Amino acid sequence: MNLSLLLLVPLLTSILILFVKTDSVKKLALGGAVAQLILSLGLLFSYWKESAMAEAGKFLFEYKAAWFPAFQINYHVGVDGISVAMILLTAFVVMAGILMSWKVERMQKEFFFLLTFLGAGAYGFFISLDLFLMFFFLEVAVIPKFLLIGIWGSGKKIYSANKLVLMLMAGSALVLIGLFGVYYHANSNTGGFDLTQIASNGIPIDIQMYFFPFLFVGFGIFTALFPFHTWVPDGHSSAPTAASMFLAGISMKLGGYGCLRVATYLMPEAAAHYSWIIVLLATIAVIYGAFATLMQTDLKYMNAYSSVSHCGFVLLGIGMLTPTAVTGAVLQMVSHGLMTALFFAAIGMLYERTHTREVAQLGGLLKVMPFISTVFVIAGLCSLGLPGLSGFVAEMTVFVGAWERVELFYRIATILACMSIVVTAVYILRATGKAIMGPITESKYNLLGDASWNERLAGVLLIAGILAMGLLPFWLKDLVGPGAIEIVQKLKA
Amino acid sequence: MITSELFSVLKHEFCLLAILLVFLVLKIREREWKNETLIQLMNGLLVLNFIIGWLMNSEGVLFDGMFRNTLLIAFEKNILNFAILIVHLQSTEWMRRHKHLPEFYMLIVSSMLGMFFLLSSANWLMFYLALELSAIPLAALCNFDLEKKASGEAAMKMILSSAFSSCILLFGISLIYGSTGTLDFGEMAGRLSAMPLQILAFIFIFTGFAFKLSVAPFHFWTADVYEGSPVPVTSYLSVISKGTVVFVLSTVFYTVFGSMSGIWYDVLVVSTVITMTIGNLFALRQTNMKRFLAFSSIAQVAYILIGVSAGNEQGMASSIYFVLIYVFSNLGAFAVVSHISAMTGKESISDYNGLYKTNPALSWLLGISLFSLAGIPPTAGFFGKLFLLGAGAGTGNWPLIIFAALNMVVSLYYYLRVIRAVFMEPADSAIPKLTYGISVRLAMLICLGGMLLLGFTTGLYEYILSLSFGLK
Repeated sequence: MNLSLLLLVPLLTSILILFVKTDSVKKLALGGAVAQLILSLGLLFSYWKESAMAEAGKFLFEYKAAWFPAFQINYHVGVDGISVAMILLTAFVVMAGILMSWKVERMQKEFFFLLTFLGAGAYGFFISLDLFLMFFFLEVAVIPKFLLIGIWGSGKKIYSANKLVLMLMAGSALVLIGLFGVYYHANSNTGGFDLTQIASNGIPIDIQMYFFPFLFVGFGIFTALFPFHTWVPDGHSSAPTAASMFLAGISMKLGGYGCLRVATYLMPEAAAHYSWIIVLLATIAVIYGAFATLMQTDLKYMNAYSSVSHCGFVLLGIGMLTPTAVTGAVLQMVSHGLMTALFFAAIGMLYERTHTREVAQLGGLLKVMPFISTVFVIAGLCSLGLPGLSGFVAEMTVFVGAWERVELFYRIATILACMSIVVTAVYILRATGKAIMGPITESKYNLLGDASWNERLAGVLLIAGILAMGLLPFWLKDLVGPGAIEIVQKLKA
Repeated sequence: MITSELFSVLKHEFCLLAILLVFLVLKIREREWKNETLIQLMNGLLVLNFIIGWLMNSEGVLFDGMFRNTLLIAFEKNILNFAILIVHLQSTEWMRRHKHLPEFYMLIVSSMLGMFFLLSSANWLMFYLALELSAIPLAALCNFDLEKKASGEAAMKMILSSAFSSCILLFGISLIYGSTGTLDFGEMAGRLSAMPLQILAFIFIFTGFAFKLSVAPFHFWTADVYEGSPVPVTSYLSVISKGTVVFVLSTVFYTVFGSMSGIWYDVLVVSTVITMTIGNLFALRQTNMKRFLAFSSIAQVAYILIGVSAGNEQGMASSIYFVLIYVFSNLGAFAVVSHISAMTGKESISDYNGLYKTNPALSWLLGISLFSLAGIPPTAGFFGKLFLLGAGAGTGNWPLIIFAALNMVVSLYYYLRVIRAVFMEPADSAIPKLTYGISVRLAMLICLGGMLLLGFTTGLYEYILSLSFGLK
């Protein structure tokens, strides 16, 4: 399978969107999203077929072409199981996001252009095997967010957009420094920016110690590493629904994937050396995020802070550096991506009808909009880790993996992180109880309608993803596992 | 034989001379020419000039080693030829509304001629003459908005600061002449030994460069001159004048002062840090578009200095590549600013509020240009800046690279201020829908195309690299 298709399809869609008539923009964007979904499912099947024959943990469908030979920069793409999982996630969220934006009227063309372009950046990032190419796509995906929040957002949107873009750019500046460090100091210096080459050449230990923090913190900012998570609540809550879904569902995953694929994979010794700091920060994020969520009254802020908490599990899994924990981290990325996107979709649908996101003002919505309420409840239950849904599978795997670390410090961290689930249950059940169940608080709610076809489709799509992962976790585990083992094995060797 | 060599080596200069002559003859003929005719004539001549610039370039040395031409210098001249063409195309509206066009053209072309001689000079005498030839017409050009007071002020500041910087440069040249006994670049390189007198001389010469490049703390003239001058002159100053000095700077540092690289490396690093800080901090607070672009261009120069400081082929190639990209991005921004200023007279950032509602095309161009200046992919500016930093990182000066990378975030903040005004702020009195002629449109399209496509043309950087050289 030609991976460049995954990049070309959204790119062409976004360019075409600029040139078609306004009333066909939506259809074109949706068509593009469907094509991407089909492509990524196709990728999954052909990956299964190929990987059965190939060596475990190898990159497949590689393609390489020179881009800037002077700096040894290549257009080099390829995937392993982890990237395939992330690409699937992206395709699901893109499709759902576009469906959820069906009612955007203002500057429609620009809106769908930016959404599709953002998607293209994410695909590009996940297929890159060249560090420069990866960095390119990482930054490509930043500016559309700024415009999406600043133009179509709500509340203090300009403040949030600024905060988000400046913090993310600071993150990518750190990544850039780390990349130069890798480029100039990789052993035998023949690899250039090539990920696989550098990985096999290795990087001297003292260099790893210097540059690992740059790479990890840089990517970490994207995935809400404590204490650099402050862009998350503001950014998410000001963004329009689809942008929130993209932000939480895709963009934050770029960071987690980068931490794993670049920082940890290339510098395993440094990762082991610094792992206690990662675990410490991740545990703080998990607990702090959960308690901060408890205090929120706005549904979007709630979900944003709970994202901080859930992404903490991703970093916790990476920091633990056992194959199971790393697998769990990837599973958590996929699960959190689907679940948060679903949650934001539900909140967006509620807000569009009731014009409030304050939990206190909502009530009894199950009676008037059963579909939306069900979506809300499923997203909530997934978030608190109900067995049968994806959240349970992912978090359980992280905990089991984390428990494999026998040192006291890691044990305590694991136990503390585990306990956050109780807090999660409190805020989820409280919000559900108030807003969904109970008596209808305002009589005007009786007149509200349920979800329209596009919203239903988006909800069903994401719920299907969550169920596919929650009820049959093995296919995903088998997909991701070899890649995770490959990353951790480098440490043992 | 000799004549043909003269013509082929001096080809770029002869072309400019021809343009100069054309307008001189037109002027002497005492006939009132319509502005439209003159503009079209100039367009034609500049296109011709640009095309001829690419044909049959040959290397050679003339006038007893005073003047030399290499493929690299020819390439640099072609970049400048291209830039002047774009500057002219995008300023059509301004040109239409002004008198004395032949004089304007003659002045701008003679300044260009000075730049070309500067690029080709291989002797300090030639260097100094060329520098004066390029600087003095510029002062007159700054004053070309005759009815505006600010324009006169700009001209005054320009001529004083450039005279002052020339003095310092000349003093430096005289010291180094006294110490080595030669003015020839090649001979001098062999006789330099980094003794204190020579270091002092180098500092003076660098100060002269720093004035032209507006490297802090010699940048004070920049903002006022940019603000007061007519927009075409501002774009000329920010792109062509700066580009030339960057090209010359790396050549002179690598060849003449090659043996003193340890000293100039430190000087470059210190001035990079100061310039970047000052350019960024001041740009944050500007309210006038032209002043804003002035400070942004100060900050951009700091990045170029990082590339130059690398001291190898990579450093030289990346700074030339960056200038090429900078031509597209800065002129793209200036195309919008210049057009809006010529049509409505509005120049303050708050006037741009809600521009997107009335002028979407201009807004996109401005937005993409600013992203390119800020170094955001997929625009070409991203590659330019990254290669500069990459070349700089080769020297292993990590604190500098960290400083520069984090400064990119600061600079993004002020570029986003303009983006915010254009795309997000509500407008009280938005700029009305503007029309633009074919030549302005063409200039804008070329800039846009350059910014979007340059990063994906693989051969270009390698071509520049093949011409470049490092420390000798």
